[in-house]
Amino acid sequence: MKMQRLFQAIAAISLLALLGNPANAALTVEIVGGAAQQIPIAVVPFGQTAATKTDNPADIIAADLRRSGLFRTLETRGAANQPHDLAEVRYPEWAALQAQALVIGNIESRPGGRLKISFRLLDVVKQTSMAGLEYDIAPMQLRLTAHKIADVVYEKLTGDRGVFATRITYVTKVRDRFILRVADSDGANAQTVLSSREPIISPAWSPDGSSLAYVSFEKKKPIIYVQSLTSGRRYVLANFKGNNSAPAWSPDGKRLAIVLTYGANSQLYLINADGTGLQRLSHSRAIDTEPLWSPDGKWIYFTSDRGGSPQIYRMSVLGGDAQRVTFEGSYNVSPHLSPDGQRLTYIQRQDGRFRVAQQDLANGQVLILSDSTQDESPSFAPNGRLILYATAVGGKGVLSVVSADGRTKQRLSETGGDVREPAWGPWVN
Amino acid sequence: MNKSLSMSIVLVALLAACSSKQVKEEPAAAVEEKSPGMTETMTEPQAATTEEATTGAMTESAMGVNPLTDPNSILSKRSVYFDFNKDEVKPEYRDMVEAHAKYLTQNPSARLTVQGNADDRGSREYNLALGQRRAAAVKNVMNVYGASDTQIETVSYGEEKPRCTSNDETCWAENRRADIVYAGE
Repeated sequence: MKMQRLFQAIAAISLLALLGNPANAALTVEIVGGAAQQIPIAVVPFGQTAATKTDNPADIIAADLRRSGLFRTLETRGAANQPHDLAEVRYPEWAALQAQALVIGNIESRPGGRLKISFRLLDVVKQTSMAGLEYDIAPMQLRLTAHKIADVVYEKLTGDRGVFATRITYVTKVRDRFILRVADSDGANAQTVLSSREPIISPAWSPDGSSLAYVSFEKKKPIIYVQSLTSGRRYVLANFKGNNSAPAWSPDGKRLAIVLTYGANSQLYLINADGTGLQRLSHSRAIDTEPLWSPDGKWIYFTSDRGGSPQIYRMSVLGGDAQRVTFEGSYNVSPHLSPDGQRLTYIQRQDGRFRVAQQDLANGQVLILSDSTQDESPSFAPNGRLILYATAVGGKGVLSVVSADGRTKQRLSETGGDVREPAWGPWVN
Repeated sequence: MNKSLSMSIVLVALLAACSSKQVKEEPAAAVEEKSPGMTETMTEPQAATTEEATTGAMTESAMGVNPLTDPNSILSKRSVYFDFNKDEVKPEYRDMVEAHAKYLTQNPSARLTVQGNADDRGSREYNLALGQRRAAAVKNVMNVYGASDTQIETVSYGEEKPRCTSNDETCWAENRRADIVYAGE
């Protein structure tokens, strides 16, 4: 038990050492809990020569698998057998370490400064190969490639598609600046999208992952922009009288649901992605906000206080009456649907605590997934297995990821930054 | 081995730092002045200051005192405070809002913005909507007392521009607020 704790501590340290680079403003990861049945897996450091001196993909792959909560990654550096290809594998030694699966790989240099990364996933019990791939990459694609390998391993062993090679967006407040960032799903490789002295909220990924819609207060009032992540160019999507906020993309990326106030009450509108064709959707005398498109494109889920307190409702994209969706508690906000449209996550206030809830839309059952007090902005990973949200620790904003079964949590924090408004990006092929 | 040992100590320290989240934060300074629920201070000098306010335009030129900034004038009071998740302008703020409305009717060139705010709990978008409705509620009271729509703008900052940042009810109450800001201020 002690030994296992030590291994976990060492594993966590290598993770911190890998990711905790304040100069790059990367997010630091911390993991709590795990699934009851974790798959024991050994990821052997990939073979590399002096010429291919890089981060070892094995560290990144192992960290990914560990963060999912579904795997127990075994310490491999002390093992006598350090295979880099099939012929070198001595299965009985890995079986003796209780490994069920083994990942091995190799990095070779290629002409033009490129790298060849190869790996194999092996079944230690059956002594067979489950998967094996080669990647010809530029050195800067090493992390992404490691995440892709972790995705292959995850899918082969759990049956679900992995999300390690996806990206997240969030806003961080550093001193008096608000910075919109995009980072890898493990918080590494953070890139600045927009930096401003005025608040930035509600970033939303376009379905193809190429653009972000967001709300910026840089003109002293909330205006919605859409910015390309490849060119960095942006345009004003909505700048009408009053507030312009809460952008949500339609599944086909052609339209957005937005919120405008004009006068007093926030109401839902639809607008084409090029800013034309504004059309009012909701007609209430209450607050209607936080629209969200169902995956089939037919429904808009949203937050409304039409019944006296904020609850989640849904209405047809074509308009008409709204149906109430949440019934437990007096404050339910910030809806986000699982990719299959069957589960809804949102923030529920109960006894003064704001926590992440998940509701099964078929039977109405609600599961509270967090034990914190100031949670905000939950969003599902594209495989529906994880929920990313913002919370506060010691008065400072951090991001948290909880598995949909509530068993595993990770926390991503940024040195010197107050992090909020996260959104998980889509799969990008 | 030595290395991992020292590093695990660092990790333990880090984890300890992370888990000590229940540290009581001291109440922020400079809240007392404008904290809500100060009904006594609002009601007592009201009669006198309202009188002054209604004649504000004249006294300004006569005495060279700007009633908008004169601490003895009700017009120097600019903040309306709200209950959690509410946008009702409570009775204790009615006289103050009315005074600003009268100032607008007597000074047709005057322009102001009502800035709505919310405390930082819950959804940022919902709080943006709530701040807007608070600003609109203050504007509506001004309209009732004859102020023209063209003189009043509303804007919401939601929970994005907190005046107070500690995590307690005093602070939340301070941030559930609409501020009256005149053009050029």
